[in-house]
Amino acid sequence: MPGKLKAKIVAGRHLPVMDRASDLTDAFVEVKFGNTTFKTDVYPKSLNPQWNSEWFKFEVDDEDLQDEPLQITVLDHDTYSANDAIGKVYIDIDPLLSSEAATVISGWFPIYDTIHGIRGEINVLVKVELFNDLNRFRQSSCGVKFFCTTSIPRCYRAVMVHGFVEELVVNEDPEYQWIDRIRTPRASNEARQRLISLMSGELQRKIGLKVLEMGGNAVVGYLQCFDLEGESGLVVRAIGTACTLDKLSNTYTPATAINPCNSSPSKDIKEAGFGEEAPGVPLSSGPPTPLRAQTFSSFSPSKSYSRQSSSSDTELSLTPKTARICLSPSSPTLQSKSSPIPTTKALRSTTPPPLHVSQSDTAMLRKSVSFSEDLLLAASGMGSGGSAGKEAGPLKALLRQQTQTALEQREFPFFTLTSFPPGFLLHVGGVVSARSVKLLDRIHNPDEPETRDAWWEEIRQEIKSHAKALGCHAVVGYSESTSICEEVCILSASGTAAILSSRFMQDSALDTEHRFEDLMSPGCAFCHIPYDELNMPFPAQLTYCHCCRRYKVPDVLFTTIDLPTEANVTGKGCLIQARLCRTKKKAQGEGNATAISNLLPFLEYELHTQLMNKLKLRSMNALFGLRIQISVGENMLLGLASATGVYLTALPSPGGIQIAGKTPSDITYEQHISNMQKKINDTIAKNKELYEINPPDLVEEVIGSPIPEPRQRSRLFRSHSESSDEVSELDLSHGKKDAFVLEIDDTDAVEDIHSLLTDAPTPPGFYSCNTEIMPGIYNWTSALQMFTSVRVFRLSNVNLTNQGLNKVFNDLCENLLKSLYFKLRSMVPCCLCHVNFTVAVPEDELIQVAVTAVAMSFDKDQTQENGRQSIDKNLMKAITENEDQLQFPLELSAESSSNPLNSAKGLSEVSGPLPSARVSSLEKASPLPEGRSRSLRSNRSYAGSSVTVVKMTPLSFIPGTKIIKYLGIINMFFIRETTSLREEGGVSGFLHSFIAEVFAMVRAHVAALGGNAVVSYNMKECVFMENPNKNQAQCLINVSGDAVIFVRESELEATPPQPHSASAQTSSSGEGT
Amino acid sequence: MSVELDVFVGNTTIMDKEVYQLWLNGYTVNDAVKVRIEGGVMEECEASAEVLLSDTMDQFRTFQMCERLLQNPAKLANQLLFQIPPDRQAMLIERYYAFDDDVVREVLGKKLSKGTKKDLDDVSAKTGITLKSCRRQFDNFKRVFKVVEELKGPLVENIKQHFLLPDQLARDYAAIVFFANNRFETGKKKLQYLTFQDFAFCAGQLINNWTVGAVDNMVEDMDVDLDKEFLQDLKDLKILITDKDLLDQHKSLVCVALRGKTKVFNEMEANFKNLSRGLVNIAAKLTNTKDVRDFFIDLVEKFIEPCKSDKWTATDVNLYLTHYTNSAHILDTFKHQNVWTRYMGVIKSCILRMYHE
Repeated sequence: MPGKLKAKIVAGRHLPVMDRASDLTDAFVEVKFGNTTFKTDVYPKSLNPQWNSEWFKFEVDDEDLQDEPLQITVLDHDTYSANDAIGKVYIDIDPLLSSEAATVISGWFPIYDTIHGIRGEINVLVKVELFNDLNRFRQSSCGVKFFCTTSIPRCYRAVMVHGFVEELVVNEDPEYQWIDRIRTPRASNEARQRLISLMSGELQRKIGLKVLEMGGNAVVGYLQCFDLEGESGLVVRAIGTACTLDKLSNTYTPATAINPCNSSPSKDIKEAGFGEEAPGVPLSSGPPTPLRAQTFSSFSPSKSYSRQSSSSDTELSLTPKTARICLSPSSPTLQSKSSPIPTTKALRSTTPPPLHVSQSDTAMLRKSVSFSEDLLLAASGMGSGGSAGKEAGPLKALLRQQTQTALEQREFPFFTLTSFPPGFLLHVGGVVSARSVKLLDRIHNPDEPETRDAWWEEIRQEIKSHAKALGCHAVVGYSESTSICEEVCILSASGTAAILSSRFMQDSALDTEHRFEDLMSPGCAFCHIPYDELNMPFPAQLTYCHCCRRYKVPDVLFTTIDLPTEANVTGKGCLIQARLCRTKKKAQGEGNATAISNLLPFLEYELHTQLMNKLKLRSMNALFGLRIQISVGENMLLGLASATGVYLTALPSPGGIQIAGKTPSDITYEQHISNMQKKINDTIAKNKELYEINPPDLVEEVIGSPIPEPRQRSRLFRSHSESSDEVSELDLSHGKKDAFVLEIDDTDAVEDIHSLLTDAPTPPGFYSCNTEIMPGIYNWTSALQMFTSVRVFRLSNVNLTNQGLNKVFNDLCENLLKSLYFKLRSMVPCCLCHVNFTVAVPEDELIQVAVTAVAMSFDKDQTQENGRQSIDKNLMKAITENEDQLQFPLELSAESSSNPLNSAKGLSEVSGPLPSARVSSLEKASPLPEGRSRSLRSNRSYAGSSVTVVKMTPLSFIPGTKIIKYLGIINMFFIRETTSLREEGGVSGFLHSFIAEVFAMVRAHVAALGGNAVVSYNMKECVFMENPNKNQAQCLINVSGDAVIFVRESELEATPPQPHSASAQTSSSGEGT
Repeated sequence: MSVELDVFVGNTTIMDKEVYQLWLNGYTVNDAVKVRIEGGVMEECEASAEVLLSDTMDQFRTFQMCERLLQNPAKLANQLLFQIPPDRQAMLIERYYAFDDDVVREVLGKKLSKGTKKDLDDVSAKTGITLKSCRRQFDNFKRVFKVVEELKGPLVENIKQHFLLPDQLARDYAAIVFFANNRFETGKKKLQYLTFQDFAFCAGQLINNWTVGAVDNMVEDMDVDLDKEFLQDLKDLKILITDKDLLDQHKSLVCVALRGKTKVFNEMEANFKNLSRGLVNIAAKLTNTKDVRDFFIDLVEKFIEPCKSDKWTATDVNLYLTHYTNSAHILDTFKHQNVWTRYMGVIKSCILRMYHE
């Protein structure tokens, strides 16, 4: 009996009127976990019921604790007919299972109904007591911390980065079950929400198990997605990077170091449980155990061993309920071999046949198309490999070898991280990506998701081989995605080929640490080519690095990672997007899949050409955070590539763009061309000024280099594909030319030029990027505005050409950006960071574009030269000086001055209104409780508000603040449906309120955990469907992020924070009870 | 080809004050866009009309979604749906409850019923304020009225508490509620020259002096109704005009005091009995609800108009009323000093406010 879950229902407020006659509600609450249900008493005739229930106790397996959400249903009691449901709250209790996260969940949660939206709020208290579990072969993985953040979380230190973890679970989609025909939409939506919540929990638990297996204690860069495959089922899959993290003993104050969680195990049974939990597996940190080391030394190469079939699982009779034990494919099975259970060997024989067999089973496997764009980009060069290796000296070579072996032991040396601890990332090769088109069929047995596993396996293998071709042994900034239309599914994976240091991957890491400091690269090392110069996988032009002049660099560098902090950048960066729309004939089944497969290479090629052109137009030479999304619809394919362009000082300056016509005899035509050329040249000059790109002119010095004509290295760059050679031939023909030439007889080129010139520059005062930080801007203020914007565009019935379609799509994105700039004009000077576009084709003639980003103000009068040194000072100054009207700095700083910890105050606020709320219900005549009204009377500063301000940002940090605690992962899935679309303000009104509701629910959950911000927030899915004729619409949204507590840096210096975490929370919530 | 769906949702709800005002004024989205274009926001921000339309629609929708909360401002601070900074909340509420004096003047003292609401198109036509805005204002009056009608305690404080309004606005609403509750006639032609602020001032006087709460200042009392006991006591003042000696005595005291101090002395002396009768009769009749309604018209007919026709200045009126009030205290046989003070204090300030030169 490893855990006891306790829940208490305190009160409700703002409930809807359920009884028309009395205009009141007789509410009661059902609290359900697993198969156990408790009920509160009915609180008659009130819209602000005070149940103040007893503690409902659930005694459950920790496995269930991880899988199941706590389900709270608020109902209206009806004597004569069935009780009406008001709404539900699902509470993920996972954050309570980790010793370092939250200890109690307490606060007001919006009561959510999938048909009516938010209907009032409910105040709930939840606690968990975990007992000791010595069973090493358990199915739970409590205590493994999860982070959406794709870097090492701010208050942790990476002891070791173990590598890639992945898992997927499948199920039938309740929406497509036969029962859906007879049940209400509400029941169907709730079944779906609950199922996805369960599957997410299961997935997380299984990933956790893999992490424990690898000896880690955390997953960083955790990315969970679901694929709605319609008839064929529901897939929830996740990838992440297993790490061993060490909590930084907060350097700023010894007070916080006395973490009640860790120091006093006796206080809390849960902590005690953790301390001793699974002795073989280091949990919190510490040196890896011998067992694990052993695991690493002997590598078992076959993947199939790492999977065990469900039947064998049952034989093991660990927990009949779980489908399968999932060992990480990247960690060998040695552990299970050496385990005391003898059946393991027997298991081997029953393991399903190796991968290729299951592949052949899946009849619908399609020809897969894949690219190594890396290669392309590389088309413009890189290099070092052999020569670099020689020059690097023996020590470096040795280290590299070490790393190599460490990485080769992993099946997939992939990392979902996008930024790295210093010294970890050595060299970057380029982007690697792979796509494959599959036909979906029904998942017959949800317990055996081998087909989907095999698909991803295939793609990952391809990525790995691409990386190898680039001379790299690892892939960083790795991510996976899908696009589904009817029964066709495009699977995509991309990342950046790289060479990593062994520092965080070997047990001896700590010893080499100091040696590495010497080697620690200046801001150019990561640009040096990792592959062999003489044996390049593609034609490329290399030059000597413009920083150190010792190693070779490519002329252009594309990556999926964030700009390394140490990188030398000239000027500022900017968001660069390539957009493409291609018509496709409607088709069914295989024919459709073939058509898509055939279109894909061209789409990718065009996108890259566009990216390259736009990069040159901005006079930049590198892309970071590249994300290419291909979305498939019935009659079109959409491609959207977003990245942040920068000028890397180490790389050569890009050449211009030259336009050439094919019929030079025509004078007017020539004029047209020269006009265009002039326009382009003007734009380039303007951009140079705008982005402050004034590179030191090093051309003369480079003359001595063996690479000729460094200024003309730019060529039209073409995708290189292993499968399609004709494309690379094209590439070569263009490669002969000196400058970047666009021939405008070519319709494509006309289009290119068109899209080049129609990209409106950002209005003055605005910058944008899709990475975490904007190079060239350092002094952020605290003004912060996260937003989501969605647009759906309907194409009318006219038959559009590719060009027409392209223009429509391009305009849609441009207009959306323009609207954003206009909306946020009061924040100027400001930068839109982490701009994340997602496109979809929800129906035949609809294009949907969704953007989530954060706008951050910065201080105009920044001194760029010493910017980096004075970041902190500037930030603090900015906080005190800049008060944007849209934001809350005034209030926050007022709050903070009275209380060193915002969070502590927030907590007391949350629980504060409880007693007073009771007063109000006793005295019905006055709807406002006494205490509150007094405060209102005396000062109108709304001190009585019980709502904690929760900041949200897609970034991993909040400028000017320090994250002092990670409270756990937020991963929420909601469905909203309406049958009265017009009444709710049409599609826009419907979606507007739904998104606002999702934000509200995220904020409420974070506040209940005791947090005051969500970092690494991401809206992973926004599926919108409408049927205006039936007055109906439905929308699904999936969001994730990390709940945190932050404090302002200015406060940290002024007052040492108190040990707030557990004690403060419990005491404040105690008052409320 | 059209944008079918277009939404923008910020974690902190973005609201433009200018657009909010346009929404409150009852503009349609298209009209609001026109106004904004004329305001020059496009040049400022390099925006196109399309962008402006999208932004306006989006904000109008946000306001519409907020309206439910604005109708119960106390909820706004506690709701979770919109994260709005406190200063913004205050601004939203204050502007939502702000009203046009012209509009309120039209409905002042009328029953806040459906019938009155139906007549709002006339009000809209007359004032040039959109019907939508008139309706919002009317609904605000009605909502505030409904909430505080049955509440105990000081009226202004109750309004401040429940609607989180700033002091001045709360006082104005108190006046509106007070007028609506007592159904004071304000629409007659003779009263047309009076502004809402004139009436609001008078209402403040009445609330502060003539209601039960005014004397006791206890929480149990209601501020919306006049003090019945006091109104009953007012009947006793009749002695001032029915007792001939008292009337003469009163007159001579006032005349002595005013002689040489005013240019209209003769007119005053000639009119004293009429004026005094007028004021005392108003007092004596206030027990009848009907006469309460005619309170202001009576003041105008019985006092202000006669004075006006004799070309009294405001100073004259002030002087007269001061001595008229004070002299009564010197009358030996007049026993109702307290009632007299309470009555005349209000009458004097009301008349002075209503006496436009």
